[in-house]
Amino acid sequence: MAQVVVVTSGKGGVGKTTTTAALGAALAQTGQRVAVVDFDVGLRNLDLVLGAERRVVYDLIYVSQGNVKLSQALIRDKRLETLYLLAASQTRDKDALTDEGVAKVMGELRESFDWIICDSPAGIERGATLAMRHADIAVVVTNPEVSSVRDSDRIVGLLDAKTDMAARGERMEKHLLLTRYDPVRAGRGDMLNVDDVIDILSLPLLGIIPESEEVLRASNLGAPVTISNTKSAPARAYSDAAQRLMGEDVPMVFPSDRSGLFGKLFGRRAA
Amino acid sequence: MNWFMPFGRRKSASVARERLQILLTHERGAGDHEDLIPVLREEVLAAVAKHVPVDVDKVQVKIERGKAVSLLEIDIELPCDAQPAKRRAVARRATRSQRVAVSQAH
Repeated sequence: MAQVVVVTSGKGGVGKTTTTAALGAALAQTGQRVAVVDFDVGLRNLDLVLGAERRVVYDLIYVSQGNVKLSQALIRDKRLETLYLLAASQTRDKDALTDEGVAKVMGELRESFDWIICDSPAGIERGATLAMRHADIAVVVTNPEVSSVRDSDRIVGLLDAKTDMAARGERMEKHLLLTRYDPVRAGRGDMLNVDDVIDILSLPLLGIIPESEEVLRASNLGAPVTISNTKSAPARAYSDAAQRLMGEDVPMVFPSDRSGLFGKLFGRRAA
Repeated sequence: MNWFMPFGRRKSASVARERLQILLTHERGAGDHEDLIPVLREEVLAAVAKHVPVDVDKVQVKIERGKAVSLLEIDIELPCDAQPAKRRAVARRATRSQRVAVSQAH
């Protein structure tokens, strides 16, 4: 049965698009059929992070309005044959996205994919609520920083109020994905640590993505970090998180565990 | 803050944690009745303003939710020369000399 996942955060710039691309690719690498859908109408970027920006012809709004078939708008990844992108419109107004239109597209996607990953825009406006509306699972992307934690808490409230699951009286499965985590600064008490954020938000932890130059390198190249450098710390953390989404029991690796004695003794940097 | 950490500066992460815990308890409480606080604020303000002039910006309504008891805190700052609105109304209608008399009475 298809699972619809919303990647959301409230705050912008915390890593929603990076996460959508990385989790989507990691799931597709296991042979699952995956569609990643960009809901950020007017400010689309998932196409760029996936390196498909020159291949976008039709988008989510075209399909939602019934102007083209879903199969015409889906862009198949050149590296992973089970990974597909449905881009957002860059020129249309976000009001062009209607509730019924999105419901229709989601229904069709559910028929042909195992995973549908919705990349939410920042904020709590229409685009963000539409991205979460049809989800079965939410991945709440949070940085260890006060404004991000506060906004995540607000989003958790919306997930329990403004989604189809909430309307049916069900409680959505929500996971915390802590990104841009710097174990050295957290260890020194200069950054909220993993336990602080889990305690404050009371969400189960899906993964900890260490702050890493590999993430920027991957987006420069137009490849999800889980494809560009599979051995890197963020790629492994994202792959583990994807396994957990699939219900596997993968032990949590804390970023600091990966640095050796040498690193501990001589000016460590983030993983 | 140095009372807690006499040998050094308090770590910023623990300050962040504490601030978030206080803030989110407050915001989550309000979430259950999203409109309760603004509605209470309006109605309380209207009731008090009937009798005493009140500065709208100097009214604070807070709800702190505890396990056993919740606390509704309404904080209204009155100006020093606050006087019953009725008097004010009378004063406005009065002649200049009478107005002086009213203010002297206070």
